[in-house]
Amino acid sequence: MSADTEQRTIRCLVAKVGLDGHDRGAHVIARAFRDAGFEVIYSGLHRAPEEIVQAAVQEDVDVLGISILSGAHNTLVPKVIEGLKEYDAFEDTLILVGGIIPDDDQETLLSEGVAAVFGPGTPMEDTVEFVRENAPER
Amino acid sequence: MSAAAERELVEELLAGKHRALARVISKVEDREPGYRDIVSALHEHTGHADVIGITGSPGAGKSTLVDKLAAHYRDRGETVGVIAVDPSSPYTGGAVLGDRIRMASNVGDMDVFFRSMSARGTLGGLSTATADAVKALDAFGKDRIIIETVGAGQNEVDIVRTADTVVVLVQPGSGDDVQMLKAGILEIGDLFVVNKADMDGASRTVADLEEMLHMERDPTAKLDTGGFDKPDHPDHPDGEKIGGDTDTEEADEAVWEPMVLETIAKSGEGVVELIETLDAHAQWLDETGRREVKARQRYAAEIRQLLRADAADLIDEELDRRGGVEAMAERVQNRDTDPYTAASDVLGAIEDCVEQQRE
Repeated sequence: MSADTEQRTIRCLVAKVGLDGHDRGAHVIARAFRDAGFEVIYSGLHRAPEEIVQAAVQEDVDVLGISILSGAHNTLVPKVIEGLKEYDAFEDTLILVGGIIPDDDQETLLSEGVAAVFGPGTPMEDTVEFVRENAPER
Repeated sequence: MSAAAERELVEELLAGKHRALARVISKVEDREPGYRDIVSALHEHTGHADVIGITGSPGAGKSTLVDKLAAHYRDRGETVGVIAVDPSSPYTGGAVLGDRIRMASNVGDMDVFFRSMSARGTLGGLSTATADAVKALDAFGKDRIIIETVGAGQNEVDIVRTADTVVVLVQPGSGDDVQMLKAGILEIGDLFVVNKADMDGASRTVADLEEMLHMERDPTAKLDTGGFDKPDHPDHPDGEKIGGDTDTEEADEAVWEPMVLETIAKSGEGVVELIETLDAHAQWLDETGRREVKARQRYAAEIRQLLRADAADLIDEELDRRGGVEAMAERVQNRDTDPYTAASDVLGAIEDCVEQQRE
């Protein structure tokens, strides 16, 4: 293979936002994405929305997966979306939310620009498949 | 991507739009069609940044140290770009890029542009991609660019060649002095940093490193009992002696003596000294003209690399046209031909073309 062979790889940011120390789910997802052949950037715990935006913009990720189990999704997710818009990065970033999200809130998040919400028990293959099918064309 | 869109992207990058910079680096990484035009357009705007390469084994504290360095540079009002290279899986091509977690001191500061890259497994491809990404950061106007990479294999050595100054990070207790003798570790470093200097065995590691560096610099130190003329060191063909009796000022200036520093990246101890030494090296590069020499060597290597890649593509096309390499291998196996003849058959046509063009 020469240095010029096109080698497009799906890049994902797996992010933990706010005061939420439960990262087992995020780790499992990061690992599943890695095994699916994606490049995964993990944010680490307790990130502010601005940090997530900074990381998503600089890393130019195709997919932003936000893991929230604290119940603060209605506050934090819109902030992230707002920030992405500020840097013109909202349009071509696939935003996923994972964690404990009540049904009513899911609708709100989806209407705000989140592509999908994955709750507990979602089979890993479903998430990976969804990313493969919906990763933005660039 | 159309030529107009490429021009727009380049313009946006030069205007300081973060999104455009990130997108250009993605294109460079993906080897997307048209990326060459972008890098070509950027080239004239490069050459202003000071590039620092940091390498060391996993867990040595590279990312933490890079974070502290970036914070110090920011305090001085300089902008910083970081490229952190992590390995990817040889089986799936996937990767977990975790260096970003350590960038705690520069949260929310967009003037520190941090980008994770994975070694996507192509030989030579990564170093080209890294060099091009550095150009993008340089054209964007970053004052300092830090490349962070694991290990001291061939790929890593190629990557750090992109840098003006190479820092090798060593952990205390990472083996005895023989480990330090292993190729590729001592040769590439301008600076050696023993991180986690508060750990047991740190002073021993410093001593081992210093001893090995000393031997590297002057292998015959203390062996010269007189009676014969010491041959010139092959790395210094202009005849200047390193150390020893001809220790004039001039000789001091022409040779950079790698040194060993101690840091505790986590608490930031020793980082100021490291920055001072990095500055000293940058100044030395400028004063001796080494920076230009290095840059020229780098460009020469880049041209060679690109030519090799392009020539390989050309040959691949010709191979396909002739029914592929598999069929040829079969003929070789059946003793109908031999590898040398087969190769010169393929190349013959290309050679003829080149010959004709020349006239």
